[in-house]
Amino acid sequence: MTLLLNADEVAPRLRDRYPDAVLEAKGSSLLVRRERLVEVARFLRDTDGLDFDYPAMVTAVDRWDYFDVVYYLNSLTRNHSLYLKTRAYGRELPVVPSLVGVWRGCDFQEREVYDLMGIRFEGHPNLKRILLWEGFEGHPLRKDFIG
Amino acid sequence: MGLDTIGVTYPTVPVQISGQAGQQPGPGLAFASMEQLLAALELDKYEGQLVEELRLTRRDPIPDPSLWVIEEQVPVGFAEYAKNPVGNLVTWARRSSVWPLAFGLACCVFEMFSAALSRWDISRFGMEVFRASPRQADLMIVSGTVTWKMAPVVKQVYDQMCEPKWVISMGSCANSGGPWASGYSTVPGVNRIIPVDVYVPGCPPRPDALLYGILMLHAKMKKEANRKRLPSVHV
Repeated sequence: MTLLLNADEVAPRLRDRYPDAVLEAKGSSLLVRRERLVEVARFLRDTDGLDFDYPAMVTAVDRWDYFDVVYYLNSLTRNHSLYLKTRAYGRELPVVPSLVGVWRGCDFQEREVYDLMGIRFEGHPNLKRILLWEGFEGHPLRKDFIG
Repeated sequence: MGLDTIGVTYPTVPVQISGQAGQQPGPGLAFASMEQLLAALELDKYEGQLVEELRLTRRDPIPDPSLWVIEEQVPVGFAEYAKNPVGNLVTWARRSSVWPLAFGLACCVFEMFSAALSRWDISRFGMEVFRASPRQADLMIVSGTVTWKMAPVVKQVYDQMCEPKWVISMGSCANSGGPWASGYSTVPGVNRIIPVDVYVPGCPPRPDALLYGILMLHAKMKKEANRKRLPSVHV
């Protein structure tokens, strides 16, 4: 069984390296500042003892005021997992940095989040719709979408 | 209910491709050059136009392509057969070896597979040859949810089949859209895209139900031996 890491144990190590990165560590989820997301992801991937080498899932939650972008990270070598979260503000053009450069497996997942939630992943090489067709109006998993 | 019926437009975050023409594309991209990527974008736009066109024009179900009265499924005796011996013989041959298309869209397809396996054994009805090519198949079993993005493909596969051809709509989703009938991405019934001969209800239908639907189709074919079947509407 995969061990769900406690974020309180990970956060101090992260704060040593990037003092302003972690906004909140609650349960097993780590909320980080959007500007620091790529650095934090690199840190989680490369640090010995963490070794998160497998992003199992990327998803997003519509909170009206902001979007939570959630990365569910696994480590295949250490057999543990962690939720990494960040926030995108605004409804017209919410932006978070893309993690394709860190884990290539995020490619299709980020495209899916873009398709259904309308979040722009800055730096993604090929950010276009993946499930719906080109020319579809709006992003259907947003709370203000009436289909 | 489509978006255009409410009259609301939603903001769409525009597509973003990093890099410019003539440049090597970024990491994680399966294309060799930026030109290939732009060509793929053009294909996406074309596909989107096809889907939108179907979505806006296919408002009503296509009617059944031929006459269909269920109580007349019993054969009508020697006299009726003797009127049209060749037609009846041809129909008997067709009916006894309907070749379905190996074609599945969603979970109903597993019930279709079960019907082909030893427990229900569709080969009792001469149908064990599931063809991989639409050009060799007579029967299309639409097993599963048809999305608007899949609709042009379903239509194309149907158009590729040779006449005479039949369609069985299997399961609630293909019949009417099922729980997603009013959703933004689901075709409310595959009969908006292609004409359907037999509807098999259920979610999913058991293999027995599919076999019963196939027997209904056989009865329909038997009935049609003495009638001129309308050529399938090119829809």
